[in-house]
Amino acid sequence: MRVRFWGTRGSIPVSLTWRDLRDRLAEALVAGNGRQLDTMTKAHEFVEQHLPFSIRSTYGGHTACVEFEPGGDEYFVCDMGSGARAFGEHVLARHAGRPATVNVFMSHVHWDHIMGFPFFGPAYVPGMRIRIHGCHEVLEQAFRLQQSPPCFPVPFDQLSADIEFVRLAPGQTAQVSGVSVTPKLQLHGGDSYGYRFDSAGKSLVYTTDSEHKLENVMDTEGFVKLFRNADLVVFDAMYSLADTISVKADWGHSSNVVGVELCQMARAKRLALFHHEPANNDARIEQILRETARFEELTQQGHRLDVISAYDGLEIDL
Amino acid sequence: MNLAKSMYANVLVLSPEGRLDHDNCAEFHLALERYLDETGHLAVRGVVFDLSGLEYVSSAGLRCFMLAAKQARAHGGKISIAAMQPVVGEIFEISRFNLILDAFPTVRAALESLSPESARAYDQA
Repeated sequence: MRVRFWGTRGSIPVSLTWRDLRDRLAEALVAGNGRQLDTMTKAHEFVEQHLPFSIRSTYGGHTACVEFEPGGDEYFVCDMGSGARAFGEHVLARHAGRPATVNVFMSHVHWDHIMGFPFFGPAYVPGMRIRIHGCHEVLEQAFRLQQSPPCFPVPFDQLSADIEFVRLAPGQTAQVSGVSVTPKLQLHGGDSYGYRFDSAGKSLVYTTDSEHKLENVMDTEGFVKLFRNADLVVFDAMYSLADTISVKADWGHSSNVVGVELCQMARAKRLALFHHEPANNDARIEQILRETARFEELTQQGHRLDVISAYDGLEIDL
Repeated sequence: MNLAKSMYANVLVLSPEGRLDHDNCAEFHLALERYLDETGHLAVRGVVFDLSGLEYVSSAGLRCFMLAAKQARAHGGKISIAAMQPVVGEIFEISRFNLILDAFPTVRAALESLSPESARAYDQA
């Protein structure tokens, strides 16, 4: 199973400013001073091997959109944040005019998770089939609402694709084109749902916009069950632990520390920090990743958890 | 887990030992509530957690310190953390608890910050 991240930012899209770009170019030039970087090959090699991620690259700024390929012709994607625009281009390019089926799984319908849909190219193509799965009663209403006047010029009914809304029940495993899909209710304003996807012996957990109350043992056990032996857990690590239980308690998000602990209890293999705080720049996210890896090292008890930080464009083979 | 207590003038020092995690944090929380409730009726300026014997603390354990701080504040008191082992100190930093709780390298320094009388009492003990 391949997982491809099209959008990893929380709440609102962000982008590098001219200052950010200028400053990191300057840092790269200083770091390369004295080296014979007179060909693109040498320059690329230097960039890859000697510059930190936060200088040579960026975590990116699109809101939640995570594709996974379980095998077969159909597409599978979690959430329709602003990353859905680029994902749509990918679908159209790969299918080159042939009809395709896109299975969407919605964590919830807050704006940052649906805002990419009006720019999702396949929705405008006759013959495309889009099945939007979710547990919210207001799922269809939310998609229609954001394309209603005066918010957007193209009404939902003018979309040419065959669009279907499919209600799933939390806690009940459904089969979707060969993939076992288990939704789970999460703590977030208006509710959100995490998903476990199992296919051909591989498992992916997508759990974003989810707050964990540490005193709730049942909650912890429920998530440990969802994460059990997962190959990858994509986890809402928007805030620090201290923030989630003080000034940002009840804001509906979680932390890197709780992500590590739940994955360790569940013996999951890999944790991807996700839904990055929009106020955090690349250096800050890189620092959080380093600290999270250190926390995993300090707390591991006979089980090694690989910790990564998701970025727009990241591809992982499970 | 063991939770020894000592009183130095108007400051209570609590010394948890071992590991504080999901398995024993409820018990720890109850013990803290009891102590803080008792001290709420006395003229206690604050509570110092002497963490020199604490080997590990999980997120659930950290939450207990946060609740203790809230409870102490409700009684007009304050809590401080002191003498953390390096691993526990790192966990405090990674979780950003170092930004919301006052931490001191020694119990004496923590006492001094809460009340000079408690530091003198500590020196004489």
